Amino acid sequence: MSEPAHMNPARSFQGLILTLQRYWAEQGCVILQPYDMEVGAGTFHPATTLRALGPKSWRAAYVQPSRRPKDGRYGENPNRLQHYYQFQVILKPNPPNLQELYLGSLKAIGIDTALHDIRFVEDDWESPTLGAWGLGWECWCDGMEVSQFTYFQQVAGFECSPVAGELTYGLERLAMYLQGVESIYDLNFNGLDGVEKVTYGDVFLQAEQEYSRHNFEHADTEMLFRHFRDAEAACRKYLEAGEPKPDANDQRHLMALPAYDQCIKASHMFNLLDARGVISVTERQSYILRVRELAKACGAAWLKTEGGGVAA
Amino acid sequence: MPDLLLELFSEEIPARMQRRAAEDLKKLVTDALVERGFLYEGAKAFATPRRLALHIAGLPVKGQDVREERKGPRVGSPEAAIQGFLKGAGLASIDQAKIESDPKKGEFYVAVIEKPGRSTPDVLAEILPNIVKNFPWPKSMRWGAASREPGSLRWVRPLHSIVCTFGPETEDPEVVRFDVDGIGSGDVTKGHRFLAPDEIRVKRFDDYAPALERAKVVIDTDRRKDMILHDAKDLAFAQGLELVEDEGLLEEVAGLVEWPVVLMGSFDEAFLDIPPEVIRTTIRANQKCFVLRDPATGKLANKFLLTSNLIASDGGKTIVGGNERVVRARLSDANFFWKTDQQVKLEDRLEKLKSIVFHEKLGTQYERVERIAALAKELAPIVGADPELAERAARLAKADLVTEMVGEFPELQGLMGRYYATLQGEHASVAAAIEEHYKPLGPSDRVPTDLVSVAVALADKIDTLVGFWAIDEKPTGSKDPYALRRAALGVIRLALAGHNLKLSDIIWRHFARVREDAAQMQAIAHLAPVAERAVQLSAQGSDLAVKLLAIVREHHQDSLIEATSLEQAFYDYQATSDLLSFFADRLKVYLRDQGARHDLIDAVFALEGQDDLLMIVRRVEALGRFLDTEDGKNLLAGYRRAANILRIEEKKDGRAYNEVPDLQIVNDQGQIEEKILAVALYGEDGSREGARKAIDSEDFEGAMRALSRLRQPVDAFFDKVTVNAEDPALRANRLRLLNSIREATRTVADFSRIEG
Ligand SMILES: Nc1ncnc2c1ncn2[C@@H]1O[C@H](COP(=O)(O)OP(=O)(O)O)[C@@H](O)[C@H]1O
Ligand SMILES: [Mg+2]
Repeated sequence: MSEPAHMNPARSFQGLILTLQRYWAEQGCVILQPYDMEVGAGTFHPATTLRALGPKSWRAAYVQPSRRPKDGRYGENPNRLQHYYQFQVILKPNPPNLQELYLGSLKAIGIDTALHDIRFVEDDWESPTLGAWGLGWECWCDGMEVSQFTYFQQVAGFECSPVAGELTYGLERLAMYLQGVESIYDLNFNGLDGVEKVTYGDVFLQAEQEYSRHNFEHADTEMLFRHFRDAEAACRKYLEAGEPKPDANDQRHLMALPAYDQCIKASHMFNLLDARGVISVTERQSYILRVRELAKACGAAWLKTEGGGVAA
Repeated sequence: MPDLLLELFSEEIPARMQRRAAEDLKKLVTDALVERGFLYEGAKAFATPRRLALHIAGLPVKGQDVREERKGPRVGSPEAAIQGFLKGAGLASIDQAKIESDPKKGEFYVAVIEKPGRSTPDVLAEILPNIVKNFPWPKSMRWGAASREPGSLRWVRPLHSIVCTFGPETEDPEVVRFDVDGIGSGDVTKGHRFLAPDEIRVKRFDDYAPALERAKVVIDTDRRKDMILHDAKDLAFAQGLELVEDEGLLEEVAGLVEWPVVLMGSFDEAFLDIPPEVIRTTIRANQKCFVLRDPATGKLANKFLLTSNLIASDGGKTIVGGNERVVRARLSDANFFWKTDQQVKLEDRLEKLKSIVFHEKLGTQYERVERIAALAKELAPIVGADPELAERAARLAKADLVTEMVGEFPELQGLMGRYYATLQGEHASVAAAIEEHYKPLGPSDRVPTDLVSVAVALADKIDTLVGFWAIDEKPTGSKDPYALRRAALGVIRLALAGHNLKLSDIIWRHFARVREDAAQMQAIAHLAPVAERAVQLSAQGSDLAVKLLAIVREHHQDSLIEATSLEQAFYDYQATSDLLSFFADRLKVYLRDQGARHDLIDAVFALEGQDDLLMIVRRVEALGRFLDTEDGKNLLAGYRRAANILRIEEKKDGRAYNEVPDLQIVNDQGQIEEKILAVALYGEDGSREGARKAIDSEDFEGAMRALSRLRQPVDAFFDKVTVNAEDPALRANRLRLLNSIREATRTVADFSRIEG
């Protein structure tokens, strides 16, 4: 099947996304849609964080809009955004040929390994807020970091058993490379030409400017602090409410997912507060610890659900 | 003799771990073999991003046979004893035992147990799985379906296959079969990931290395390094440029490729306005590329060298193009930082230091800067620097920590401060001190010479040391997380460059500053006059704080200083002596490294109140030179004789003779040699006074000269005078005279510590 030109990843941002989705669909991944909450990275999606825990096999791929309030540059930096897309793949357990599969995906989007220098450069991944870490690499293409490749060892403070392999593609940067443009905002979004062409800037430049103002200058810190506390309290409340009764036959946890949503929310509130510069260096650590405690509790709850491996 | 070939093939091993891992592999395998009695002729280990390999040459085919004789019961012993013996020796019947006899025991059984040596492959198959399972990677991981099971294999990244063969050169070697967590050993490996991905069957090291070479894998890291360096220099030369060599980068880059291909890229010349160190750092840290310079001017060129892992089908055009784009983006970022940083003056950045915690118990960087500034100002006149400039430099010294550039590249701290200070028109010495105040960073780092730099560098290090001493976080054993030994060595090297520092005073005052206690500062001012006395007391082994307290009570009964401040000041005084002895230890280590005699160092350190590092060293040097002269040697001999006699007589009499001799007795009853010695010691030009005066004016050569005048009188005294005279008063006085010799030498050093 030959691609129409406007779907070619070398000239179309959406073509890149669709190509990756198709490729990973062929590897048996469920193609999910983005999680409908603000997260800092695709890893936060419960399809990764929670599904990485427990014995069950799992393969998923999805685009995840990622919010990094501190990375806002008022639309002026050509390759750093406060809202960008990650393409996330998780394979659990990781198949023995995960590196080959990854290289296959590069081939699918038009990166020819006879021409391009692909390298796996040590980069161990750690998320203090998620209580997670893994070993892996930054994947370089001709000196540019195009993906992160991680073998999860621990998530939410629990050993991963089995280990999942996680791939994260920074879509904008990858597309810049494929399209040969110098700025994310110049990316051709829809692959069309002339008046029909829509650029990344057409879609997102205004948002980058507005959100940078919001993130650095106007976000209501009092509200954010309150929301942080509320989310933290709600998370604990839902965890408690979902906890199985000691005498019940069914010993499954009943509300791990809603509780985890609140953990995600707390994490995002923290990121916003951090960008607003209202969290001192010493406090910072304690906020991170508070989110980690929530993540750990949610992970523990998940392990008591069907998804976490408990028989119905 | 046969060879072993072992290869552990995995996903990409971090570059920084490869060399060490290869060495560990070699050591673990050879140690395990030697431990089992297997000697070998040679071993060499190799590492690439995807494999560790080991070649052991000249191993025996099997271990040595062992023959053991075990004595048994006497012939005719009870059946039970015989059976026990057979069982223990592993014999089936008593016929298998020899009979020996000896005159005492008579005839008895002897079992000859012969254990044939085990075959080497068997032993290897036993050793190797454990080595793989317990390999000492700094960080390791689990992976794949196997990671469902607890205790599954860990490796630095997923391990895919193992080659292990053993055999002589002439025949086909055999595969040493073993299995590690489902990975079976074999004789198949793979070449370069992209250039030769097919499987390769190997026999032994002799064909393994060339087969891999054909498959575009150079297994020897040092050879890859040579290839890169050679190609890099060639490419540079062809452009009339010179490679900026960087051993650390070279080692790292060699660990990122199996087949190095060096390519040259360039960037917009306009970027050369950015400081060269910044260009180099960003290109090195982010892109792992080398930079080049024009040999004529020494300036950076707008070119860089990348090391790819590919012989690309377009000759590398695409790769160079891609790298140039990334370098361009990185340099744009750096340029942006460089430009925006200049918009804020360094002094206006100080506020921000308030949000950077230096250490939770020692406050923020801001507070630290305040302390360093105060100390630098205080030290400036001592080292001959302008106090205002020193204070200014100290105040701005840490401001670059909150610039964008240093945020991105912490290794540029100091240097960026210097650039920004120069651009905002600071005095050249201030700008220099901002960069140099971190120096010297190690034993081979340059010591700054600008006096403002010296003042700030000393203040920075002394503040660090006093701070960590104040919160009792001293280095212990191999643990020195705050690099305090390095800081002390820095102070030592700065002082020895020619600065007299009364360290105890400086340190003691700074403790109060660390505690931000004005009242305590005042207490110290009151205590300072008695501190000297306290040092003497402490030398006599008394509890410093208690004595000091008593003296202060006596002298300052009406003082308004709070009791707590006084007490804290005492406590800090003890901490000061502790920190001083840390300096003393570091100085000893330093001097020993420089080849100084450790006994002379001890001899000088044994004197009380030694807190001026420069003076200590000068004294050690002068002492060494003195002891090399005839006078010195003889005086030392005289000293020893005096000390020996005193030791024996003092012990016999159960008392010390440390009073001043009665010169009247000497005059009235003494022999001529005794009189001469007394004059030499106590006369107007006497050695005691002479030595003391010389020491006071820091003239160690003079002090030694004064002492050397004692030599003849001492020799003559021992020659002609009998110390143990009949008359007890005369004898006691002579012993006191000997003691005076001992005392006189103490103005220079404790001669009892001198060896040889
Ligand atoms: N602010 C940003 N704007 C655009 N792309 C980004 C940004 N931050 C990271 N990326 C891209 O996303 C990829 C993953 O980013 P990374 O920081 O490694 O994420 P994670 O937190 O999931 O480890 C990177 O390889 C990079 O290409
Ligand atoms: Mg990353």
